[in-house]
Amino acid sequence: MSDVRRRARFYWPRRRTIWIVFLLLPAALIMSVFVLWPLLSALRLSFYGFNGLRPAEFIGFENFRRVLMEHPFSDWTYNAFGNNVIVFCALMVFENGTAFLLAFALLKALPGHRVHQVIVFLPVVLSAVIVGFLWKLFLHPLFGLVNQSLALVGLPGRAWLGDESTALGSIIVANIWHWLGFPTLVLLAGMQRISKEVLEAARLDGAGDFKLLTKIIWPLIGPSVTIVCILTFIGSFNWFELPYIMAGVSGSPGGATDVLGLYFYRTAFGSTTTGIQDFGQGSALAVLMFIFIAGITVVALRILRRREVQM
Amino acid sequence: MKIRGIGRIALAAMAAWSLTATAALATEVSFWTWRQEDKAAYQEMFADFTKLNPDITVKFESFPDDDYPTIVSTALAAGHAGDVIHTHAYGWLVPFVKAGYFVPLDSASVPSIANMPPDALIAGSYNGDGKLYSLPFASQTLGLFINKDVFAKAGLTPPTTWDEFITVSKALKAKGIIPLANGLGTNWFNEMFVAIFTNPFLGPDFVKDLTTGKTTFKDPRYVAALGKLLELRDYMPPGFEGVDYDTAGQLFLTGRAAMLAGGSFDIATYRGANPKINMDFIAPPSPKAGDPRYVTKFFDGGYAVNAASPNREAALKLVNYMGTKAFGDKQASLLGNISPIKGVEIKDPMLSQVAALNQSAMPHINVVYFRFQKPTGSELLQGDITKMMAGSITPEQLAADLTNGIAKWYPPFQGK
Repeated sequence: MSDVRRRARFYWPRRRTIWIVFLLLPAALIMSVFVLWPLLSALRLSFYGFNGLRPAEFIGFENFRRVLMEHPFSDWTYNAFGNNVIVFCALMVFENGTAFLLAFALLKALPGHRVHQVIVFLPVVLSAVIVGFLWKLFLHPLFGLVNQSLALVGLPGRAWLGDESTALGSIIVANIWHWLGFPTLVLLAGMQRISKEVLEAARLDGAGDFKLLTKIIWPLIGPSVTIVCILTFIGSFNWFELPYIMAGVSGSPGGATDVLGLYFYRTAFGSTTTGIQDFGQGSALAVLMFIFIAGITVVALRILRRREVQM
Repeated sequence: MKIRGIGRIALAAMAAWSLTATAALATEVSFWTWRQEDKAAYQEMFADFTKLNPDITVKFESFPDDDYPTIVSTALAAGHAGDVIHTHAYGWLVPFVKAGYFVPLDSASVPSIANMPPDALIAGSYNGDGKLYSLPFASQTLGLFINKDVFAKAGLTPPTTWDEFITVSKALKAKGIIPLANGLGTNWFNEMFVAIFTNPFLGPDFVKDLTTGKTTFKDPRYVAALGKLLELRDYMPPGFEGVDYDTAGQLFLTGRAAMLAGGSFDIATYRGANPKINMDFIAPPSPKAGDPRYVTKFFDGGYAVNAASPNREAALKLVNYMGTKAFGDKQASLLGNISPIKGVEIKDPMLSQVAALNQSAMPHINVVYFRFQKPTGSELLQGDITKMMAGSITPEQLAADLTNGIAKWYPPFQGK
């Protein structure tokens, strides 16, 4: 009897462990092969000098020193980083700000709000390639819709994507048009979670729209704001498709639209016209981007989670 | 009777066996390229090669242009790339050669090297060891496309000197025609644009001084040539900073613009897009009357042999054939390429005109001499030229950036 019990005790956890391992294995395998392995190999390659396309010798932090401290590579790194910061700030203010107001307008369920909800979300389902191409056409200096419309009202057109002062802004506008629906829906979902009683009570106490937004809704949609902020941050610093399609791999004109994603791609996979392939320097950039994005994300998550109000 | 019958069967069997044995012994060489559009022409040329070498067949395999370097480098690293690789030239070869992926070619393994002029051989050689790794396949010429109908209608003649260029451009602009179709919206072409208009002002002496370490890009000749580009801004399309090379082509083809700085590689494209176009390809304006009319010439690429190929002998035979007059003639007639091979006949009148212009050619300086290490002259120039044309930096600043950037790896520029 005791023998049977011992055996049962021995087998049960083992079978359970096998079961857990069996369930976790596919995910763990996929993560290791497609996430962990590339990350670790990028980390390894970032410490190597390359003899053509093959890692040659271990050079310590030389690749990092080059991209951070040696002219002109460091100038390109900081220029790209600065542009990423501009993109992040612009998207936080203009994309997420508009999304917040739109979500509130949709929450109020004005006539036709369902149609508007679809319209706002529609561009999100388009691929970045289509959006980039479409906006490139809109902004074309000679045949573009924007300049043609300006000409109709007697205003001069511009080379939106060819002018250093407007190129990055134009791509940011295209990005906002593309993604606006996403934060709108996330924030709207957050607003819809607030119980009607709370909102009605506030109204009865005489709160207007502004007070309702700032004193009731804003504090209560904390979790949604956290998600939107974190995703905007990651998206801004991983930005690649739209600038690649609209401004090319070199971040034309003159680096005005260059961002870290483009600079990394050019460095690691460059062609003759854009530079020479250098996996070592490219990997160093990728590692720095990863450390920066992951680090800030962890810190920001902690701070933002703390300010969330539990309902 | 029976024995004779058996004998016949045996003979037939032997014949069949020898046939299949030949087929089985035939080596298949794979040819990798980014030129999918040239498939039919290459297959015809490879069929000619197989006629001469019945034991070798060639398989044409093509890959997307943009991803070609990445595909080739990963396949070579993994050990399953093609036997003969179509390569670009100059600096493009460096990482591949350094990694030991290509076989050095010499006159013993590829006797047809003797058919190539020295400037073509530079294009396929590695500057580190001076050896040839890729047999050059075509030269490209940069110059000025002229829409003859537009000029005729405006009652003007194509310019030959800079002053004429400005006078003609003013007249065209007054008639509502865009004088020069080019914009600065396509980065890779901007570098060619600079070469087209600055080379006639620079001349071969400057190139000699530059490549022997006597001068740098800070040289007043280079700065002055860059300054000339600023004069072009008034005659380019409105919003030229954002007009890309494709749009420039459309403006030229539809007659909205009279001239287009471009490359001989687009002759076939423009004819295909508008078969009725009455165009000419001329040398860009020279500084003054009587000066040489310099076009810009460079080599586009070549054919290399994969060092890990199990069919090295057959691959070398194919590359050798690609340097013969027979191959060059076909290449010129089927693909419209200007082959570097000596004695190749060019029948197309416009291409033979380009070949004649090549007699007075300047090298594409950055591409030929300054693409071997990072930062390349190309990336430095491409980054700065749009700024210079927009007026945010001066020609002197561009020249200094270019010199100081290249000085990182080019000792003659260091400390200058």
